[in-house]
Amino acid sequence: MSSENAGFDPARIRALIARGKLKDALFSALGILCLGIGLLVIFALVADMAVKGAERFNLGFFLNFASRRATQAGILSAWVGSLLVMLVTAMTAVPLGVAAGLYLEEYARRNWITEVIEINITNLAAVPSIVYGLLALGIFVYAFGFGQSILSAGLTLALLILPIVIVATREAIRAIPAMIREGSMAVGATRWQTCRYHIVPYAMPGILTGVIIGLARAIGETAPIITIGALTFIAFLPPVPFSELADGTRAGLFDWVMSPFTVMPIQIFNWTSRPDPAFEVNAAAAGFVLMVMVLTMNAIAIWLRYRLRKNIKW
Amino acid sequence: MQTASAPALKAEARNFNFFYGDVQALKNINMPIHDKKVTALIGPSGCGKSTYLRSFNRMHDLYPGNRYEGEIRFYPDNTNLLAPGVDPIEVRMRVGMVFQKPNPFPKSVFENVAYGLRVRGEKNRRALDDKVEAALKGAAIWDEVKDRLQDLATNLSGGQQQRLCIARALATDPELLLFDEPTSALDPIATGAIEELVHELKQRVTILIVTHNMQQAARVSDYTAYMYLGEMIEFGKTDDIFIKPQDKRTEDYITGRMG
Amino acid sequence: MNAYAMSASPPGGAPVVSDRLARNAMRHASERVIETLLFAAAAVSVLTTVGIVYVLVSESIHFFQNVSIVDFLTDTQWTPLFDDAHFGIMVLISGTLVSSAVALAVAIPMGTVIAIYLSEFANPKVREVAKPILELLGGIPTIVFGYFALLIVTPLLQKIFPELPGFSLLSAGLVMGIMIVPYVASLSEDAMRAVPMSLREGAYAMGSTRLYTALHVVVPAAFSGLAASYILGISRAVGETMILAVAAGMQPNLTWNPMEPAATITSYIVQVALGDLPHGSIGYQTIFAAGLTLLLITLLFNILGQWLRRRFRENY
Repeated sequence: MSSENAGFDPARIRALIARGKLKDALFSALGILCLGIGLLVIFALVADMAVKGAERFNLGFFLNFASRRATQAGILSAWVGSLLVMLVTAMTAVPLGVAAGLYLEEYARRNWITEVIEINITNLAAVPSIVYGLLALGIFVYAFGFGQSILSAGLTLALLILPIVIVATREAIRAIPAMIREGSMAVGATRWQTCRYHIVPYAMPGILTGVIIGLARAIGETAPIITIGALTFIAFLPPVPFSELADGTRAGLFDWVMSPFTVMPIQIFNWTSRPDPAFEVNAAAAGFVLMVMVLTMNAIAIWLRYRLRKNIKW
Repeated sequence: MQTASAPALKAEARNFNFFYGDVQALKNINMPIHDKKVTALIGPSGCGKSTYLRSFNRMHDLYPGNRYEGEIRFYPDNTNLLAPGVDPIEVRMRVGMVFQKPNPFPKSVFENVAYGLRVRGEKNRRALDDKVEAALKGAAIWDEVKDRLQDLATNLSGGQQQRLCIARALATDPELLLFDEPTSALDPIATGAIEELVHELKQRVTILIVTHNMQQAARVSDYTAYMYLGEMIEFGKTDDIFIKPQDKRTEDYITGRMG
Repeated sequence: MNAYAMSASPPGGAPVVSDRLARNAMRHASERVIETLLFAAAAVSVLTTVGIVYVLVSESIHFFQNVSIVDFLTDTQWTPLFDDAHFGIMVLISGTLVSSAVALAVAIPMGTVIAIYLSEFANPKVREVAKPILELLGGIPTIVFGYFALLIVTPLLQKIFPELPGFSLLSAGLVMGIMIVPYVASLSEDAMRAVPMSLREGAYAMGSTRLYTALHVVVPAAFSGLAASYILGISRAVGETMILAVAAGMQPNLTWNPMEPAATITSYIVQVALGDLPHGSIGYQTIFAAGLTLLLITLLFNILGQWLRRRFRENY
């Protein structure tokens, strides 16, 4: 029996392997390079804005309204506006998203209605955010008459992040083993009691992660809010509940939701678009503040999820 | 014809140990693999027979934390497959493998079989055609697929897929062919076809086969090793192992008292 | 559903049973109410879609009563607010397509390379660090990317191409590409990691190198997932607004040259919304017609994506 392995020529094979390994190494280098570019962009952005905006980082910047003079212009109305819009967004998107997630995971029967809802949620995630702005302009601003208010903006962003909250809720619920449900039902709890006392609490960390990621997305959104016509020059704050107004009457508990407003991204857009380079400094400083807000929220969410993955022990 | 004089060796494990991290999975294994014979590895699940098999083509190198100790000698050139200087890719080019579940690539039947040839730098269309045909014939599947060489391999039946995977391994003329429970995902008829194929293949290639099925080991193999808890308990001619095992533990396993 | 009724009616004295049954009926009724409420919440997402389609279509109908569809599709000028008004949407579509093409030329190769590297090459520790960094990159607000494009990338590019104007599709498109990389990388990586290990082992057992395994076995096996990630990338690029509004200039310009400034569908909507157009005017209606066009383009790519996924559905 002669060796039939005439094809095995060690020298040729070794040269082949060496070439293959060189390609492997080159590709690894390429992969690291691409990752490095991403890292560099984050770093360059944060560093550039921190350095350029440094001269604006004082209390006045946070406590002043926008102004024609760059050095005196601040972000008071913008950060207050962002905060209030986020409040409306969270108050709308969280209950709706969690309820929808619960319905789809715990209640929905497998039928065409459920299918339509599911396909719809997937497709909504791909709809450009500016289209939500047009929806809001047609429905919230004009049809419902909410005007260019915090309410309109908050609801718009709530619809925008609803798919994120629903998907996070469903994933968190799906991770809960069936025995929890069976255990609860076995002692006579209704489906809702099971959801309320078991499913939602256990799914909470996962839901929270989704909510934070959604809000981080919403707080940076500019296009839909410009579309509903948010003003860029606002030198007042929404009325504090029960405070005295200019006409002598007292503000109601929810008057602020109907107030005109501006938000951080719009303020940055406004400053970036001005020809006067002095406003670039303001844009950089405001951009840095927004980046810190968004990156912190995302980092919290990533950390939460990391913790979650480590702690799953049923 | 088996001669009484010591048959030629294809490979030989010497003081072979294997570790998954800190866990020792294989303990001091010494065992010959005879050339152009079928050697079966049997034992209860978790005994390390698959781990042992996958050491022959350095499959464990794909995952971090695994460690080999000792030697697996490969003949006729007397290389230690586990030596640090030996490239696992080179080892895999000489040692083919067929897996537990058929794993054809999501490519055409032809490209599946041509895969190993392309990896080895074969570009000549004629040579590819010839070798693919020869491999498919060798794996007894040519008649079934000769008219659908361009079809997606994943559309074949389970038994056909497994024979295709055998053809894929044969196409590059391996010196040793590893089978890791090749029939555990197949029905009895497909299993019969694979067993018959293994029997024919030993004319041209040395075979090491892991099986959970003792009847299968008895049917296809010339030599059998019984493994238990990471140790090789007994090795010998298949007839001897099944008819008069030397070790009590082998006897218990074979007679069904354990396993 | 009937399981509840049974589970709560153990044998007992007659009054106890009727009492329990009464409470059970209450529980049943409140369960129905709750289920209806939860269903309503789930239905909001469908209402959103219905609302989007309704708003865009109804306003566009008004628009097309004033402007013929043929003009809309064939005119080579877009001057809706001038006295001599022209409504050639191709002007805006060209800007959208050119900037998207630039973005995808960056995002698809980079995203795919990163995905292959993370899924097939990197050790788990690198992956655990790299994925969150990518997520952070994906979370940066687009307005900040706009600032980056206009004030950092454009000046850099002008050092290479001195003739590059202060606003350009190239600069905006490049930054858009960087923005999209995390989406493509993350989804592609998920798709590749879903490829069963047995396929990889099969390839390695044949003596393939890592790159050969990745390109010839893993990528083809994950193709439908990769296609989905590219489609999402395209959707993002076509729908991206602020980077373009800030860095690409907003003047309508029918061009296929990325070195020029041009308006896109999205940046036009922003430009109009920034002004003060009366509700119901033709200018107001144009943004809905533009929005409908945008949605249809996105839809087209998504249908293409669905088709690709079905065509190359993996069956391991």
